[in-house]
Amino acid sequence: MQALTFQQLTKTYKNGVQALKGIDLAVEEGDFFALLGPNGAGKTTAIGIVTSLVNKSSGKVQVFGHDIDTELAIAKSCIGLVPQEVNFNQFETVTTILLNQAGFYGIPRHVASKRLEKYLTALQLWEKRNAVSRTLSGGMKRRLMIARALMHEPRLLILDEPTAGVDIEVRRTMWTFMRDINAAGTTIILTTHYLEEAENLCRHVAIIDKGRIIENDRMSRVLRKLQTEVFVFNLRNPITAAPVLPGYAVSMPDDHSLEIEVSKDQSLNDIFSQLSASGIEVLSMRNKTNRLEELFMRLVNQKEAAHG
Amino acid sequence: MDKAVESSSLSPSVKEPMLLKTNIVGFNTIVIREFNRIIRIWGQTIVPPAITATLYFVIFGSLIGGRIGDMGGYSYIQYIAPGLIMMSVITNSYGNVVSSFFGAKFGKHIEELLVSPLPSWLIVGGYVMGGITRGIIVGGVVTAITLIFTHMKIHSIGVVISAVLLSSIVFALAGMINAVFAKNFDQISFIPTFVLTPLTYLGGVFYTIKLLPDWAQGISHANPILYMVNAFRFGFLGVSDVNVGLAYTIMIGAAVVLYVSCVWLLHRGVGTRE
Repeated sequence: MQALTFQQLTKTYKNGVQALKGIDLAVEEGDFFALLGPNGAGKTTAIGIVTSLVNKSSGKVQVFGHDIDTELAIAKSCIGLVPQEVNFNQFETVTTILLNQAGFYGIPRHVASKRLEKYLTALQLWEKRNAVSRTLSGGMKRRLMIARALMHEPRLLILDEPTAGVDIEVRRTMWTFMRDINAAGTTIILTTHYLEEAENLCRHVAIIDKGRIIENDRMSRVLRKLQTEVFVFNLRNPITAAPVLPGYAVSMPDDHSLEIEVSKDQSLNDIFSQLSASGIEVLSMRNKTNRLEELFMRLVNQKEAAHG
Repeated sequence: MDKAVESSSLSPSVKEPMLLKTNIVGFNTIVIREFNRIIRIWGQTIVPPAITATLYFVIFGSLIGGRIGDMGGYSYIQYIAPGLIMMSVITNSYGNVVSSFFGAKFGKHIEELLVSPLPSWLIVGGYVMGGITRGIIVGGVVTAITLIFTHMKIHSIGVVISAVLLSSIVFALAGMINAVFAKNFDQISFIPTFVLTPLTYLGGVFYTIKLLPDWAQGISHANPILYMVNAFRFGFLGVSDVNVGLAYTIMIGAAVVLYVSCVWLLHRGVGTRE
């Protein structure tokens, strides 16, 4: 079953900006789906339409088969939203915010109290349950919004940049939590500017740019489309000049490292052989940029070049 | 993990009771949240109208009122008491919804309700109930203060209760419309200051309009608050400057028109959605 479908979805704002230009999208139930795109691409507009914070101009949206035009209440009850900006009442306590949220979805108080403990504990916020929300740190506020979105245990969880501005330790805790939620059966749609996050967590990816979907496939297939990758080799001993490796573009950012561009049909073994023959010993290597990030930039730049 | 709505396989006959239960719990949640807000900021919601009412009774009731003499067959303090109670109910019902709803818009936590499955008519109802709650709490406090200064008879308890509830509903709804269109805090204080206060003071709270020249009486009849104050006063004293039946027609009509307008505005997303 499909958790979410868009058919020819368009949105034109009153100021004439066409945020969505007829997008089609399907997210399978149980998927961990990345919706990526540069700022202003239309991601938040699309999410706003699904959650009814934005009125669509035309097209069709279904959540677990429920059309938002005809079965809005049922469709909404299937969705949990973690928005980009903090949007809880900053004068209320953590507990009050969560109990109210549960109430808005018809969850009785005794059930909500148990879930509150479960999610606050899992998100390491239990100690803060009686704190007024404005006193929480940025990372805690993000986690509180995740707990809030889960209070009615939605079938579809939409995370709009949930880890923005969060330190790496908290981010990794949140990744583990999101994986667990997804493994328990909740479909997750994630938007993020941390492409490493999307590559690590998501099984499918759609890239949206200027209101159109420019890529939509399995993450592994999308990554295979990357024709070349740049690897950084860290060297044991300093070198004075970049070696000449036939068939490869080599640059030397400093005297202890080399950057080598490798295309899909080339082999790393060959590079290591040539480096060894040149008397260069490699200590370690890594991708210069995240693979998805590299692909993302190329796709977006290609599109811009094509239009411009 | 149990899901809120394993909905795709549900028949309409199963979905309806589920949504009904959601609506009941959701409505209660909004009302309890509004009540808790009123109590949490009691220094802003309950104390100021109590002090204002006390000052009115001291100055207009005891000090000046004694020199004015009878009005409408009652001592001046008895005559103005229902009007002062109604004035506090009106301003607080209005003030509660306008500040709570605009605050939710400003802080963006209105989105909690907008993304929820609760229908617009119920969200409006919840906020109105919050407005009524504050109106009744403040009205009760002002009534208690009134009883310190004078005794009050009740001509018709039914009229007292229905008039106060209808007035509270009308102004809670008016407050919501103000909040829907407001884009900043100036715009939520504009209407109370420049429209509501003059209408209240000129709505027969402190005098019978029979004291006015004919042309001024005619203008006064265009003021909806005149009907509310007089219906309420009729419930206590049995005297009114207007036809009580007409007053009810106006209050019920205004409540219906404003409720439909509020639901339509919220449903369309005016001031709340892109």
